[in-house]
Amino acid sequence: MEVRVVKDILEANEVIARENRRLFEQEGLYVLNLMGAPGTGKTTLLERTIELLKDRWRVGVLEGDIATTRDSERIASHGVPVVQINTGGACHLDGNMVRGGLGALDLRGLQVLFVENVGNLVCPAEFNIGEDDKAMILSVTEGDDKPLKYPLMFQVSSLLLLNKIDLLPYVDFDVERFKEYARRVNPQIEIIEVSCKTGQGLSDWVKWLESRIAQKVK
Amino acid sequence: MHETAIAQSLLEIVKEQALLYGAKKVTRIRIKVGALSGVVPEALQFAFEVLSRGGVAEGARLEIEEVPSRIRCEDCGVFEGTPFLVCPNCGKLAELLSGRELEIESMEIEDGGEGS
Ligand SMILES: Nc1nc2c(ncn2[C@@H]2O[C@H](COP(=O)(O)OP(=O)(O)OP(=O)(O)O)[C@@H](O)[C@H]2O)c(=O)[nH]1
Ligand SMILES: [Mg+2]
Ligand SMILES: [Zn+2]
Repeated sequence: MEVRVVKDILEANEVIARENRRLFEQEGLYVLNLMGAPGTGKTTLLERTIELLKDRWRVGVLEGDIATTRDSERIASHGVPVVQINTGGACHLDGNMVRGGLGALDLRGLQVLFVENVGNLVCPAEFNIGEDDKAMILSVTEGDDKPLKYPLMFQVSSLLLLNKIDLLPYVDFDVERFKEYARRVNPQIEIIEVSCKTGQGLSDWVKWLESRIAQKVK
Repeated sequence: MHETAIAQSLLEIVKEQALLYGAKKVTRIRIKVGALSGVVPEALQFAFEVLSRGGVAEGARLEIEEVPSRIRCEDCGVFEGTPFLVCPNCGKLAELLSGRELEIESMEIEDGGEGS
């Protein structure tokens, strides 16, 4: 017997993501899902950002990691609450893993929650976690053709951070061509060039972030 | 890459539906995978094969219909097979008609009673 089903395969994840979102609404918490390839600078960016924000906003972090606690330890050294989510080998965070992590965090004291996704340029783009914004980082050592090769993450992100611009003199990376590719894939994406090493561009990033936070947090 | 997670979600839906229909065995599953979904059909087949072992869908044939991307530019019309969301003709932002699908369509079951 043939039976019709017609269901979104990711429906279960969507349901949980919506529940997470409702919880974030209730708590008046702004949540940013930070994605990008391994080594692109996600943890470094969060460390710098926490230092810039922590006098004005109460910040917490969820760290997605396949197996280790290294990134959580780096974040914890900045004196903000951090919860490690080990994905047990999975290449992305999903709504359920984030929900699990939330249980270990006191949300009532927080205004901003950063979620560092697993280092991966493909899979995290597919799974909503209930976030307000998805942002992605790409560093100049990864090549300027990445928007064309991995379009999905560029398509789902509202902000694209181009990191490690201090290394531009040493690599073949055409910033204008990169931006053109990124906008071809997602015409609405905002792009900010930064260096987490020199601090260049970080004030623009913080400005973007605080305008987003202010819309959500009363 | 994340085809394992997709296969897992798929199997959960299949299991739930099999239960609903009182099916002992699922022999065929038809799904739609959009060209822009980021899912590689071969990898999904493989993950499905491995994860379905020992369950109601063991040995079931997974039929994957690949849906090409289609976008509509309000000035230039519909284009198929373009990987981006901008019109290949005039460069304007286009509307996505299809290509992000990740859906189960139907399944073939054995020993099903009168389901609802
Ligand atoms: N030159 C330079 N190096 C940077 C910059 N940002 C980060 N790095 C370095 O890049 C390396 C990787 O940075 P991480 O922050 O650990 O990268 P990540 O994205 O968190 O990596 P995973 O969590 O493993 O996916 C570290 O050695 C950083 O010091 C930058 O702007 N310029
Ligand atoms: Mg990291
Ligand atoms: Zn057009």
